[in-house]
Amino acid sequence: MAAAQAGDRAAYHIVLREIVPVIERVARRQGVTGTAVDDVVQEVLSSIHRARHTYEPDRSFTAWVTTISQRRALDLLRRQTRHASRERHAPLAYESYAEPDMATDRPLDEAERARVLSAAIAELGEGQREAIEHLALRELSLAEASRLTGKSTGALKVNLHRALKALRARLGGQL
Amino acid sequence: MSTDHEMPESASHKILIDALTADLVPVRRLPAPLWRAAFWLGVVAAFAVGLYLAFDISVLLVHFEHMPETRVALAGAVLSTVLGAIAVFQLSLPDRSPRWALLPLPGLALWLGASGLGCLNQLAIIPEMRWYTLLEAPGCFVYIVGLSLPLSTLLIFMLRRGYTLHPGITSIAGGVTVAAASSSLLYIFHPFDATGTDILVHILAIAVVVGVNRWFGGRLLNR
Repeated sequence: MAAAQAGDRAAYHIVLREIVPVIERVARRQGVTGTAVDDVVQEVLSSIHRARHTYEPDRSFTAWVTTISQRRALDLLRRQTRHASRERHAPLAYESYAEPDMATDRPLDEAERARVLSAAIAELGEGQREAIEHLALRELSLAEASRLTGKSTGALKVNLHRALKALRARLGGQL
Repeated sequence: MSTDHEMPESASHKILIDALTADLVPVRRLPAPLWRAAFWLGVVAAFAVGLYLAFDISVLLVHFEHMPETRVALAGAVLSTVLGAIAVFQLSLPDRSPRWALLPLPGLALWLGASGLGCLNQLAIIPEMRWYTLLEAPGCFVYIVGLSLPLSTLLIFMLRRGYTLHPGITSIAGGVTVAAASSSLLYIFHPFDATGTDILVHILAIAVVVGVNRWFGGRLLNR
């Protein structure tokens, strides 16, 4: 990591690749499961990139990575808990809701589609929401979005991909 | 919505790693937290020298002579400032424990305890003192808040060079540190013997400084 601080790209690439299993292990130990582990990995890699100037070579690098990973895993778990607490399981609400149009197989109208999509986007993580808003909705270029958000184009691309995947999983054939 | 082809997670990690590697530029390592704390404390000391030259220090000496609590309260405020500065610069590093925020507590206990004791003593000796101090209290409030503004700005600017994982705790500790520094400086030209007769106003000023730091600092440090 000390070499990476001096600008050694090869060393940095090796370091980032080798810490992925460490981050995954820490995230799982903190209670993160499924694809959320990958979210933690992405956030930790980005955090390490932004915090690399704070690493002191006379201290343990593994401990440094572990602490950042633990914190990011906890942040993600808190976000998940907040989301879960806002969601309500109310199957009867669906059953008793009068369908305004009996032709339920008809595609959603434009306004309804926009509302459903907005709600789904609002539920995405911050990085993914940012990527989808700038790149997909506002149709900004990667360079423009990168300048606006302060994130690298690579991070934006990854976030966009993950956001699209999450939206597909959430919306299914609704749109 | 476009149907992007599936990308395995390891592939998305690889894309990010490649992007971060391509983005790599040499960085200047952050100086040790103790050095950064020393620099900020040096600025506080420079303020103290400026105030010492601008105001009549004999007021402080009279305080010391008549009110031993003043000495203890000043020592507590200075101790809170020094320990607080060390704590916040430790907290500005991502691998440090949030428990560093507890470091200034002994200084805080000494400072607020001695100020409170001074307040009670003074009221017992000269009950009408409370009216004089009530007139002076807004001045103390303005001084504490006014001195805190440049010190907070510098502190937040320096903390942003770090990368804290605890922006909330760090900004509160920073607010306490700045409030303690401003109160220490206030002792140089504090107009009354009573170290703590205006303690409520001091506490209000400290709360305002801590609150403003928490609000703005927390946002600026959250990355």
